[in-house]
Amino acid sequence: MSGTLARQNWRLFKDKAAAHGIAFGGISVILAIVVIFFYLLYVVLPLFKSSSIEAVSHYSLPGSTQDTLYLAMEEQTEIGSRLSADGSLSFFATDDGHIISTEQLPLPRGSRITSFAATAPGQAAFAVGLSNGQAIVAKTAFQVSFPNDVRQIVPVIEYPLGQAPLQLDKSGSALSQLSFQLNEEAAAFAVANASNRLSFIYMEKEESMLEDEVTLNIQRRELEFGSTIRRLLLDKDMYELYVLGEKGGLSFFSLDDKESPELVQHLPNLSTHGKVTDIQFLSGGISLLVATDGGSVSQLFPVRDEEGQFALTHIRSFNSHKAAINRIAPEYNRKGFLAADTKGNIGIHHTTAGRTVLIEPVSEQPIHQLAIAPRANALLAEDAAGQLHFWRIHNEHPEISWSSLWGEVWYESYEQPDYIWQSSSASNDFEPKFSLVPLSFGTLKAAFYAMLIAVPLAIFGAIYTAQFMTPRMRKLVKPSIEIMEALPTVIIGFLAGLWLAPFIEMHLAGIFSVLLFMPLGVIALAYGWSHWLPEHIRNAFPEGWEAAILIPGVIIIGLLAYYFGPVWEAVFFGGDLIGWFSNTLGIPFDQRNSVVVGFAMGFAIIPTIFSIAEDALFAVPKHLVNGSLALGATPWQTLTRVVILTASPGIFSAVMIGMGRAVGETMIVLMATGNTPVMDFSIFQGMRTLSANIAVEMPESELDSTHYRVLFLAALVLFAFTFVFNTLAEVIRQRLRRKYSTL
Amino acid sequence: MNMRTWFRTGTPWIWLNAAAVSISLILVFGLLAFIAVQGLSFFWPKDVIQAQYTERNGQITRLIGELHESEEVSAGRVRDSGYDVVIDETLYTRHLLKTGNRDSLGIDFRIILDKDLHELSYPAGLMTMERREWGNFYGYLKSVQQDGSIVAEGEASRAEFEARLERALALYDQIHAIEKGDIGEINYEIERLRLKERSLQLQGDSDPLKQADIVEQRQQLDQRYSVLQKQLNELYTLVKRDSITAEVMNGQQVVIPLAQVVRVYYPNDMNSFEKLGMYFSKLWEFVSDDPREANTEGGIFPAIFGTVMMVILMAIIVTPFGVIAAVYLHEYAKQGAVTRIIRIAVNNLAGVPSIVYGVFGLGFFVYFLGGNLDALFYPEASPSPVFGTPGLLWSSLTLALLTLPVVIVATEEGLSRVPRALREGSLSLGATKLETIWRIILPTASPAMMTGLILAVARAAGEVAPLMLVGVVKLAPSLPLDGNAPFLHLERKFMHLGFHIYDVGFQSPNVEASRPLVYATAFLLVVVIVVLNLVAIHIRNRLREKYRALES
Repeated sequence: MSGTLARQNWRLFKDKAAAHGIAFGGISVILAIVVIFFYLLYVVLPLFKSSSIEAVSHYSLPGSTQDTLYLAMEEQTEIGSRLSADGSLSFFATDDGHIISTEQLPLPRGSRITSFAATAPGQAAFAVGLSNGQAIVAKTAFQVSFPNDVRQIVPVIEYPLGQAPLQLDKSGSALSQLSFQLNEEAAAFAVANASNRLSFIYMEKEESMLEDEVTLNIQRRELEFGSTIRRLLLDKDMYELYVLGEKGGLSFFSLDDKESPELVQHLPNLSTHGKVTDIQFLSGGISLLVATDGGSVSQLFPVRDEEGQFALTHIRSFNSHKAAINRIAPEYNRKGFLAADTKGNIGIHHTTAGRTVLIEPVSEQPIHQLAIAPRANALLAEDAAGQLHFWRIHNEHPEISWSSLWGEVWYESYEQPDYIWQSSSASNDFEPKFSLVPLSFGTLKAAFYAMLIAVPLAIFGAIYTAQFMTPRMRKLVKPSIEIMEALPTVIIGFLAGLWLAPFIEMHLAGIFSVLLFMPLGVIALAYGWSHWLPEHIRNAFPEGWEAAILIPGVIIIGLLAYYFGPVWEAVFFGGDLIGWFSNTLGIPFDQRNSVVVGFAMGFAIIPTIFSIAEDALFAVPKHLVNGSLALGATPWQTLTRVVILTASPGIFSAVMIGMGRAVGETMIVLMATGNTPVMDFSIFQGMRTLSANIAVEMPESELDSTHYRVLFLAALVLFAFTFVFNTLAEVIRQRLRRKYSTL
Repeated sequence: MNMRTWFRTGTPWIWLNAAAVSISLILVFGLLAFIAVQGLSFFWPKDVIQAQYTERNGQITRLIGELHESEEVSAGRVRDSGYDVVIDETLYTRHLLKTGNRDSLGIDFRIILDKDLHELSYPAGLMTMERREWGNFYGYLKSVQQDGSIVAEGEASRAEFEARLERALALYDQIHAIEKGDIGEINYEIERLRLKERSLQLQGDSDPLKQADIVEQRQQLDQRYSVLQKQLNELYTLVKRDSITAEVMNGQQVVIPLAQVVRVYYPNDMNSFEKLGMYFSKLWEFVSDDPREANTEGGIFPAIFGTVMMVILMAIIVTPFGVIAAVYLHEYAKQGAVTRIIRIAVNNLAGVPSIVYGVFGLGFFVYFLGGNLDALFYPEASPSPVFGTPGLLWSSLTLALLTLPVVIVATEEGLSRVPRALREGSLSLGATKLETIWRIILPTASPAMMTGLILAVARAAGEVAPLMLVGVVKLAPSLPLDGNAPFLHLERKFMHLGFHIYDVGFQSPNVEASRPLVYATAFLLVVVIVVLNLVAIHIRNRLREKYRALES
């Protein structure tokens, strides 16, 4: 007896346990689905997270009490370096300011530093101009080693052009202004001396074949500049020289030919926002950043005009600072920069995104010197009170803003603002272009052409199948079309790319001819069938078999029209329709174009639309149809006035689901288009869609980079788009179903 | 009835609608037929033509090859491609001739104009030879050599060639077995030893016994390796013994070592029956062999195997989860607004683009789960990832997620069709809810689950876009299942039929030569998927009839 009871309890326990287990399992499966959405969101969100800076420490200036000429940090942000006006270079710990080592530049006796220039930040090289017309070039380097698995960084100073000073001014006059760039093969200087004479000096390394020693081949050119020179700027590739005068005028010299620098342009007034306070190159050496005492920073770069002439053009301004800007510090690798003003605020800005990421007070005092870490994750700022502030920066994705994703952006070296997607390039100084507009445009364009083919065929087919076809035929037709939904899209894409695209290119006239003559031919055939065919033949085929009867007819019409194509091509277009399009209409022809995508993807979504629309049409209550017919309406009138109206929500939802499928389809567009992200309405051009873009670029994007997150954003957009479309369609269908049940 | 009244009756519009159905049907069946014809004709041994051809410069050359495609083109296009013709309404016939012999001619294919082709014939004795490198060879067999000295010439050489080819193929099989099988195994063991050593190092375990053990095992492996290497060298000398001399279309005599030859036949001398035999032999090679020459020739066995493995794993994952979710939704959850929303959401997930699942799989499974698994369990393999890189497991999981809605929806449909009487009967006899579900409802609904599973498998087998992100490669060095413990290698990358189509069709250097193979692969995939779907539809229909019978 107790055995059965125990068994009963065991059964009940099992039942309870299973109920909980299944509920748990079921809910977790459903949650797992929700996780997809949240994971995508989780990856995307950091793009839009606002950045922040936090104070780490501040201390009085390490090293000499003289003015700071140069301030920098090494990659790990552990060691800072500071050059002061007396020529002493101090390396200090950034977190507390204690001095690690101090080096003295080998200044010749009796000379003092009169000017200073640093190279592009990545090189960490600089030059000091002296009162005797000489200059010394030095470079900081940081040797990293791992004794006992602990990182140890040793700062050293190097002299890439030798310790001996270089005589830049022959007359021995003090170098009042200096600009300097250095690379593996050459060094370039632009100098102005005390009597305002401007010269460009180019030193090329020549390695002699016999001995191992390097000699410098020196060229010196004098340049003309009207007013007192205030600032000289050489770009890092030594192709451009900018000279800023005391009154705010700027001259732009081209150094393409090092032997004869050429004045390209003279701007009488560089800034309209006030007096220029600092001027720097943005990373890459193409754009100039001009800061003024009016609190604005402007970006300018040379833009090619219609005649192919370059002219320095104002691109955009950042006006978010309330006080005069003292200093700007461009980031090493990205197109962002820091700006410090006289009220002690520091702002982080990004040029491509055209936005000010943040502005925060760092000190009570005006800021005199500013340095950013190579990875843009820390800053050093020296204020008027002689305090050095060390702050951490958290700013992972400054290049993303609403306008850089969806707006027209004027990218460096472009002639005008444009929508561009170009995520990567071989060069380090590349400005990533993350406009989603061309991709979204391509997606919608592909979907549009696909719908153009699919909607008429699928909906007309559904109407006929649901309303006019005999049940016997319907039983065969519906599954045959529906089975195509399962056909792998890679196969359709392969056929489209390798067979259809060249076929259309060869037989464009034939294809157009078929599209044009097919409806006419079918109507002619129908007229012939109902008017000329003897009655007894016609009556042998009961109604509802038109589609079957038409199959040979459609094939014959298609073949006739297709073979007729080259004839009218020869008559009207000289035998070359594509040539006519590109030469006469100016529409260039691309082999993998929208027509190919339209046909291929249209074919792929016909079954989806057909199946849902047919369900909706077939489910229209029969008594409505019969009532209409009994009142004397023709079958066609019944269809247009009763059936389609009743089923229209269902047809609409079919179209929406088809659209959702076309938008997300990957393989067909990947294979049938050229995948170039162009914005072009032309029917003979390809496109790149969001989905194909993900498939192409995702495998090579670096984990957690901006590119990676933007691709996730594209996926999220696709997800949200199709989810919303499908939900709408589903809700409409459910309401329709309820409506039918009440009719 | 005149035209206007006829139009007003709407009859022409009905005909137009009917035409839409006809066109759809023509497209559907036309596509299937097109793939079937293109794919299946690939294996048929084509006759080889020989002809005299007047080149553009007036020179006459001999052409030998297989005619692949012919088309009519307008005079304008012929002119565009460099011929000096008058532009009028004449249509020219243009052929694509596969001349093979890439090693001596440089290109596989030539486009020729029919009007310049003379003395077309199918001479007996023309030989088609499939090789391990350089693609097909077409030409005349002249003589057979052993170690450089002629052993057979003229008529006798064909039989001699066949006999010696058999020997060479047998030797090649042995070489292949050693290289792939035995040496592959040794390499795998050596790699395992290296990882073991590294993991001991990481744990700070410097037990000399363990170290000595590793050294000893490594020595053993090295020894086995050198024995095999010696065997291999012997086999290579043996297989290099024979060669043949053959004449190509420009009259040149070339020597081809037998080690290079895969298959040889004389299509012009074969009757249809022999060709049929050859057809099936080539078909068998296609499904059972490894690919050759950057996937453009040979078989697709690794792709079939990879697809099947991935789909099986996916089915194992998706079935229990899908069924549990469906049972919960239908049997346990309180029916109301929430379940309705869940149903809509599940339904919609089937419409979310597959590439989105791929992105999720890459981010969540590969980088997040895989990266953490590596950090926890495989520190010795670092910096090369084990699970933190796309692979079979992540592909199966991603596709399981993708097909989950299919299984849930199908199972729920099956559950909802189980007649109430069955359920109530079971409960009234005192069975618990679990017992009712387990013994009565699930067995009755099992065909529905089967349908869902088959549809899921069909969908997964054809899906490519997400796999490109989470695990397929164009050429996997080893199968995910082999004789080395633990036998099933979930972390390995694999080959896939759908991706194979994309890769060979679009990424291969010689698209023209590989196209027939892509058609054949596509045909195989279509057949598999259409058959799976037909089976699913059939099961569903039978199920519906059964329920109807139960209800009445």
